[in-house]
Amino acid sequence: MELNSKIPGGPIEQKWDKHRFEMKLVNPANKRKYTVIVVGSGLAGGSTAATLSELGYNVKCFCFQDSPRRAHSIAAQGGINAAKNYRNDGDSVYRLFYDTVKGGDFRSREANVYRLAQISVEIIDQCVAQGVPFAREYGGLLANRSFGGAQVSRTFYARGQTGQQLLLGAYQALEKEVARGGVTMYPRTEMLDLVVIDGRARGIVVRDMITGRIESHAADAVVLGTGGYGNVFYLSTNAKGSNATAIWRAHKRGAAFANPCYTQIHPTCIPVSGEYQSKLTLMSESLRNDGRVWVPKRGGDNRPPFEIPEAERDYYLERRYPSFGNLAPRDIASRSAKMVCDEGRGVGPGGRGVYLDFADAIHRVGAETIRERYGNLFEMYQRITDENPYEVPMRIYPAVHYTMGGLWVDYNLMSTIPGLHVIGEANFSDHGANRLGASALMQGLADGYFVLPSTVSDYLASVAPASTDTSHAEFRRLEAEVAERTRTLLAIGGKRTVDSFHRELGHLLWEKCGMARTAAGLEQALAQIPELREEFWRNVNVPGSDAELNQALEKAGRVADFLELGELICRDALDREESCGGHFREEYQTADGEAKRDDEHFAYVAAWEYTGDLRHPRLHKEPLDFEYVHLAQRSYK
Amino acid sequence: MNLTLHVWRQPGPGAPGRMVRYQAADISPEMSFLEMLDVVNERLMETGEAPIAFDHDCREGICGSCSLMINGVAHGPELGTASCQLHMRSFRDGQEIHVEPWRARAFPVVKDLVVNRSALDRIIAVGGYASAPTGSAPDGNATLIPKDAVETAMDAAQCIGCGACVAACPNGSASLFTAAKITHLGLLPQGQPERARRARRMVEQMDIEGFGQCSLYGECQEACPKEISIDTITRMNRDYLRALTAPERAAAAESD
Repeated sequence: MELNSKIPGGPIEQKWDKHRFEMKLVNPANKRKYTVIVVGSGLAGGSTAATLSELGYNVKCFCFQDSPRRAHSIAAQGGINAAKNYRNDGDSVYRLFYDTVKGGDFRSREANVYRLAQISVEIIDQCVAQGVPFAREYGGLLANRSFGGAQVSRTFYARGQTGQQLLLGAYQALEKEVARGGVTMYPRTEMLDLVVIDGRARGIVVRDMITGRIESHAADAVVLGTGGYGNVFYLSTNAKGSNATAIWRAHKRGAAFANPCYTQIHPTCIPVSGEYQSKLTLMSESLRNDGRVWVPKRGGDNRPPFEIPEAERDYYLERRYPSFGNLAPRDIASRSAKMVCDEGRGVGPGGRGVYLDFADAIHRVGAETIRERYGNLFEMYQRITDENPYEVPMRIYPAVHYTMGGLWVDYNLMSTIPGLHVIGEANFSDHGANRLGASALMQGLADGYFVLPSTVSDYLASVAPASTDTSHAEFRRLEAEVAERTRTLLAIGGKRTVDSFHRELGHLLWEKCGMARTAAGLEQALAQIPELREEFWRNVNVPGSDAELNQALEKAGRVADFLELGELICRDALDREESCGGHFREEYQTADGEAKRDDEHFAYVAAWEYTGDLRHPRLHKEPLDFEYVHLAQRSYK
Repeated sequence: MNLTLHVWRQPGPGAPGRMVRYQAADISPEMSFLEMLDVVNERLMETGEAPIAFDHDCREGICGSCSLMINGVAHGPELGTASCQLHMRSFRDGQEIHVEPWRARAFPVVKDLVVNRSALDRIIAVGGYASAPTGSAPDGNATLIPKDAVETAMDAAQCIGCGACVAACPNGSASLFTAAKITHLGLLPQGQPERARRARRMVEQMDIEGFGQCSLYGECQEACPKEISIDTITRMNRDYLRALTAPERAAAAESD
């Protein structure tokens, strides 16, 4: 396997333009002869399916939800970054590029990030034209707010429902193309394998989740926009259905998996309330614009928050990071919360929580203004916890939220399998070891609306249209394999439910490969995960049949893949003997507890190749060069 | 808490269904309604029984997957709350709870509590958009939009497409869903060129899909987890009538 990032030459500002000119085009009359499969209908998948159809390609789009509008992008709250500099506060494409490379702790590709920053401005225009109701000022102009890791105000938002509004924009464009006949939509259909013929991605094998039928679909290119794998931890802010099966199946067919250990633990989530907990709920990072994070100075201080005087509170983010304060980047804010809770100063049941206090902001601007800014978030908090955040401080704790790792892609967003493209959270590309707030929506839509439609055309121009159909023997072979796997799961008839395995795996990963990792802990996890996997295939109980809607069966297939991916995550975390961004190895930290990178030995992308043996994946390294942003220890002090 | 559930079980589309009684013991009031169902399902599976199928995904009230009729009320007793955000503290110990799928002609039952809501996608597909092919957009600040217009548009745009309005309506009408989209786009300058066409096509698609007529019962706005107002239906009716009766004036797309 060879990693060729295909970064175009020339100055960074000109790379994308030059590349767009150099890429081959497909004659408009020939476009309809090409079929592109898009798996996933979130911001990346939905926007690219709509755009490819507008260009004239024949698109098949798949999602496991009952409607493409329900993809988990819908739940993104806070906003989307763009280097518009509408505030005249010193923003620019270069600054967004710089902030993102630095925020990612120097583990992303400069050329990709620069392109992302360039495209960011077009995304806002595109979404406004679709009727996305972004927040506006009284004068009718677009409003902005600040987000963590930046000192400029460049985040566009639609109340606390920015992801919803952006996704509905893409979904409406997609449905319009469905009505026109350019896109065929396959809801409640799950991709279970990737078909590679003569070294190229040629199609997928899917299961119709209503009838259980296994079917094949052939195409000239396959695009995966299937999101992240945070649910490997069981408890996360992801939707219950979010899973890694599509990218994991592709990985096992030859796509390298990059930086699997880079997971983002989001600092502001509602703490776990009990064993039955099924998911965690995020409270938008935008709350840190007005909320102040604190814990009691003294451990074991059980007084209610309003009885703790100012002098006995520790506003630890403001204390440790005076220039960014409560807006420190996510990895730093999360780790700091863990640190104060480990010291026994956490609040709420179990001591795993910190306060996010709006009392000062309410005093300063009034409850009405706070309601206008965050009303729906406050309501959500109250609904879940039965506490009124206008009166008592919120309690928050970090939770798994996003995965920076994903399938390795080159500058064209193509994986190591020719013809297989990967977009949005499913790829590894732009966020390095830590993603800044309001950058996921930006990346999903940059990939989907603007990058992929150009680069996939370049790929298609190099292959003859419709050169494979599902009559090829490889489709039959993989259909049989998928059906066999399903039958095996149903036939085990063991004693434990799928969820019990998932919970155990998640707990193990959270303890050993969560906010802080050690070689010893990772070694333990690497010993335990294969045992758990072995027990799963011996002792899981999947009721029902394969010829019906069977939610336990769907879950079982996904958890089986998580049990393999979890091992790769730990192996990658063990191999990366440094701390960077979301990957914090306790052995590698500065005297004051900050992440200590090792640029000399680890300034590379770790791309893992599946060898047929889960214990021995092969590591390939893509060196990262920093020509523009000077490598430095990140400082938010 | 200890509860008695009566849950609609139906093996597949078109198959006969029935209410089945389950005991839900040791339920914590901190659980969400769906977490309570998870617990019931885990116990069913441990005893070799088929779990209850229900749609759910984000569990934070925004994806619109969950769709439970709880004691005859779409999404249960709390106002402005989807089933997934409903917590067991809203019920009392010993209570009997009836759980059914959305009931509407246009939403056939797939299995147990799962229904097919693809009719809502088709209503959007015929007109619920402002055409803007990728790449064709002017600068986002090129057109000023008054703040109150955007805020009112956003009130309607919040619709999560769950279908509670249909389930709550005695006529099985999708008027609130359709009107929310017509209102959202109709209030914005970007939505004006297609405004009349949008209203006409979306309203007609509602009929084609087998949804009932609106007779302003108002049940829909009570059930709506996003508390979308039936004022939107007035806007829809106005746009639709205008599209039918004064097509050329509608085409001129004057704003409200």
